[in-house]
Amino acid sequence: MKNTKYEKIADKHKAPETRIYNAFIAFLSGGVIGTLGEVIIEILGTFDISRTDATPIMITIFIFIASLSTALGFFDTLVTKFKCGLLIPITGFAHAMTSSSLDYKNEGPIYGIGSNMFKLAGSVIIYGIVSAWLFGTIRYLIGGM
Amino acid sequence: MLLINSFLFCGFVCLISQIILDNTKLTPGHITSILVVLGALLDTFHFYDRIIEAVGGGALLPITSFGHSLIHGALAKAETEGLLGILMGMFDLTATGIVSAIILSFIFTLIFKPRN
Repeated sequence: MKNTKYEKIADKHKAPETRIYNAFIAFLSGGVIGTLGEVIIEILGTFDISRTDATPIMITIFIFIASLSTALGFFDTLVTKFKCGLLIPITGFAHAMTSSSLDYKNEGPIYGIGSNMFKLAGSVIIYGIVSAWLFGTIRYLIGGM
Repeated sequence: MLLINSFLFCGFVCLISQIILDNTKLTPGHITSILVVLGALLDTFHFYDRIIEAVGGGALLPITSFGHSLIHGALAKAETEGLLGILMGMFDLTATGIVSAIILSFIFTLIFKPRN
C-alpha cells in the first residue's frame, strides 16, 4: 500500500480522544512554560532588574535550557509527550537550531554546522523579517509616526 | 494575576497550534512561521504591546513575540531615522534571542555528539 493511502486510512481511524488529549496537554504545558517565564521575570525584579531588562535574560535562560536538553537528547522525548506546548514557545526555536546543527555535524564545520543551523529555524526568521518590514513600511507610510 | 494570565495566554497559543497541527497537513514549521507573521501583524498598531502589558511574561515566550519584537524595534527606530530606520532597528530587540541561540547551539554542537 502506498504511503499516502496508508496515511489517509490511518488518519480516518485516529481516535478523536487523542486529539482532545493532545490539545489539552499542549494547553497545560504551554501554560506552565508561560507561567515560568513570568516567574523568572518577577524573580529578576526582586534584584532591581526592570521588566524590559529582564525580558532578554528570561529568553536567554529558556534558550539555554532548550539547547542543552536538545544536545543531551531528551528534548525530543519531551516533545512527543508535551506536543506543541514546547514547540511554539521560544524553546522550539532553540530546539530547531540545535537539532539541525547537531544532525549535520558529521558533514564538517562549514557545510555541516554552518550551512545547516538555520535549516528549520530559518523560515521563522525570514518570514518574520519580511512581514515585519512590509507591515512596518505600510504603517510608516500611512500612519505617519 | 499576571501569572494566571501568562498561563492562560501561552497555553491558549499552544492549544490553537496543537489543534491546527492535528487537524490539518501543516507541520510545526508552517505553524511557527504563521505565528511569527501574526505577531508582526498584531503589533503593527501596537496591539501586541497591550497584550504584553496585560499578560506579562506569558506573552513574551510564544514565537508570536518574535514577530512583535522585530516590528517593534523597527518602528521605534523609524520614529527617529525615517524609512531607513525600519531596516536599522529590525534586530534591536530580537538580537539577544538570535545571537544567544546561535552561540549556544554552536557550543553545544561542538561539545555533544549527535544521536538518533
